[in-house]
Amino acid sequence: MMLLSIDLGLVIEKLVLIVVVISASLVIAMYTTFAERKVAAILQDRRGPNRAGPFGLLQPLADGLKLFFKEEIIPNLSSKFLFILGPALAMMTAMMTSAVIPWGDKIELFGRSISLQIADINIGVLYVFGVVSLGVYGIMIGSWASNNKFSLLGGLRAASQIISYELAMGISMIALLMVTGTLSLKEMVLQQQAGNWNVIYQPLGFLIFLICAFAECNRTPFDLPEAENELIGGYHTEYSSMKLGFFLFAEYINMFISSVIMATLFFGGYDMPFVNETLLSPNMAALIGIVALMGKVICFIFLFMWVRWTIPRFRYDQLMHLGWRILIPLALFNMLLTGGVILYFHK
Amino acid sequence: MNFTTLVFIILSLLTVVSAVMMIASKSPVHSVLWLIVVFFTISGHYIMLNAQFLAIVNIIVYAGAIMVLFLFVVMLMNLNADSEPIKNYRIQLIGIISGGVLLLILLSSVMSIDKSQLVEMKVGDEGLIKSLGMNLFKNYLLPFEISSVLFLSAMIGAVVIGKKEDEAENKKVN
Repeated sequence: MMLLSIDLGLVIEKLVLIVVVISASLVIAMYTTFAERKVAAILQDRRGPNRAGPFGLLQPLADGLKLFFKEEIIPNLSSKFLFILGPALAMMTAMMTSAVIPWGDKIELFGRSISLQIADINIGVLYVFGVVSLGVYGIMIGSWASNNKFSLLGGLRAASQIISYELAMGISMIALLMVTGTLSLKEMVLQQQAGNWNVIYQPLGFLIFLICAFAECNRTPFDLPEAENELIGGYHTEYSSMKLGFFLFAEYINMFISSVIMATLFFGGYDMPFVNETLLSPNMAALIGIVALMGKVICFIFLFMWVRWTIPRFRYDQLMHLGWRILIPLALFNMLLTGGVILYFHK
Repeated sequence: MNFTTLVFIILSLLTVVSAVMMIASKSPVHSVLWLIVVFFTISGHYIMLNAQFLAIVNIIVYAGAIMVLFLFVVMLMNLNADSEPIKNYRIQLIGIISGGVLLLILLSSVMSIDKSQLVEMKVGDEGLIKSLGMNLFKNYLLPFEISSVLFLSAMIGAVVIGKKEDEAENKKVN
């Protein structure tokens, strides 16, 4: 009995791609933690971790091992299932976005033409937005299940922050969609490859998106959910061992994924500037594409770290003020302006 | 039985089970979480009907926004079954009767369908973004605009109500 009408090769191809993409994101996120410590050290005129392996390159492994071997404490009065579900959800939602990102163009392997995108769905941008809006559940469930006042307050802060900044992010994305006229991330990249990068048409939209991405990732200056001088550890106060590690690690995966999204939406994705990909062999073009995308991503990740070690934290009311009274009107204005320009030039 | 029918049956079972669990679970937080699962399975049904746009909007709006606010309120209120007993049996009776009537209507419509083919793949494009946009902005522009005015007034109303309580509290403090 044939249950599936699609061919087996496609299933294997997609499975391999999923495994590669997920493990690559995990490894990159792992080394992002290392890079963060090194960047912090450089900015503060220190050496940073340099004991484990050459240049301290094995430091992330040592960190992971340490977390695994730590004692695991689950509070007595907490809901045990939800307590474990919290960090699991945080990790899962962080990884899910990678499914719609075009990591490169097609490659030719074993006589098959394989697209380097797990799923080219016609609602790619909305899918990203949907997963972002689910990201808050891991933190909220984990914080509530901890049965601790500091955790709950941290969780509430995180949730209201993410909801507030989602709005401005969505509106800035709408302006971008008006320019591109498509919801598929692959098509957006192809358009940018043929023409100009979207950041030229949407500089204000990109700025709003960048600020919101910082807030969605809980990065400084928006890291109030875990402000240690007022909330101890925030939503992960009660967590220990690898469950704490998952929460912290999810932040780094989020940072990596949002860098990829920003590169794809505004900076041409896997498009290498000043190189005509159509003249090269498909495998070479795909390789150059991946290198270009990773280069852009590294720049964004560095920006995330640079800001973290330069700018102090906001006060909570300042954060809400920035989100609701500045970014949302600005995003609405940007949307109106974009609509007006498109209407005027009949583009 | 083909693959899509199997998926449909599993999805439907999940939907019904999580809906029942949502009503049956004692803790309100668990209820909210089960309701989120229900929204996800309903989105799965939308995808099977080739309505990806509706599916993802259902997740963004219901699972991503409304249920977060629900969870917020439920977590802060710290409700539990002991402190909130329903003593009024008349209300329970009315609830059972109206729920039963709704069930009858749903059952009658379910009974009237063609059971030989449970699912059809890749037919119909009503749920895709293009046809939805065409319909909304060409055929039904006036109703669409009127409903947007309705939404705007609801939004302003929410802000006004929020402001009023704020001012009353400020007066009390002063």
